[in-house]
Amino acid sequence: MLTCRDFLNELSDYLEDSGDAETRAKLEQHITECPNCWVIADTTKRTIQIYKGMDPYPMPADVEDRLMRALEKKMAAKQH
Amino acid sequence: MAVSSLAGIDETTLVAQARENDARAFAELVRRYEAKIFRLAQHITQNREDAEDVLQETFLKAYEHLDQFQGNSKFYTWIVRIAVNQALMKLRRRKTDRSVSLDDTIDTGEDTITREIAAWDEDPEERFSREELGGILDSAIQSLAPPYRSVFVLRDMDELSTEETAEALGLSVPAVKSRLLRARLQLREKLTRSFKRKGDDAFAYL
Repeated sequence: MLTCRDFLNELSDYLEDSGDAETRAKLEQHITECPNCWVIADTTKRTIQIYKGMDPYPMPADVEDRLMRALEKKMAAKQH
Repeated sequence: MAVSSLAGIDETTLVAQARENDARAFAELVRRYEAKIFRLAQHITQNREDAEDVLQETFLKAYEHLDQFQGNSKFYTWIVRIAVNQALMKLRRRKTDRSVSLDDTIDTGEDTITREIAAWDEDPEERFSREELGGILDSAIQSLAPPYRSVFVLRDMDELSTEETAEALGLSVPAVKSRLLRARLQLREKLTRSFKRKGDDAFAYL
């Protein structure tokens, strides 16, 4: 019998659809019987999705400016 | 810099051109990845000034050592590795006044315990403005211990593979997996406080 702790330890594999078939079947079985683990799996999956969809903030103009200037200086030095 | 006509060119070509000292090609590579590198640096150093230093050092080093880029990994993975190294050096230098490190011993086990178990709204994001949502997501990440934070950013935000993340951070694959799981569970727990279905917490007042 799989405990909730066992389920949580395998959660990443479960969400990424990896791991062997036998373990997977046990995890599927557990999640149909355990509402708490179902909620945790569902909300963890959504946590990952939310962060995946988050683009980085646009570069602040002053930071980008200083970066490009530093690079130009370096490139000029490399040319000679 | 002016909008580049190189925007549609594939990465391999740009890298090859940059190696031939084509400054515009390298600038285009910088433009593609600077915002992600800056975000990564901010998450690891937790300091905007340090993050800007890391950003500059990363691309300067990349330019300088472009001939060492083998092309058997993605260009992005290669610069991420440089950025992580630069950021860790910053942390080590800072360690004297504030003790933050990626090597901090982490308590394993106990932190997988989940306390907050509540279903979320159908579209919890819609309850918040873009800015509010950004604030919630950022502060949840900032609250993670540094070893969890860097693994989560590389693996789930920058979408590096487990192996690439392990290589960039100098960790074993099992260590990446266990830190990633704990990071995900801790973030889930924190986001639940903002995203749980209204009404479900009614019991909390009993």
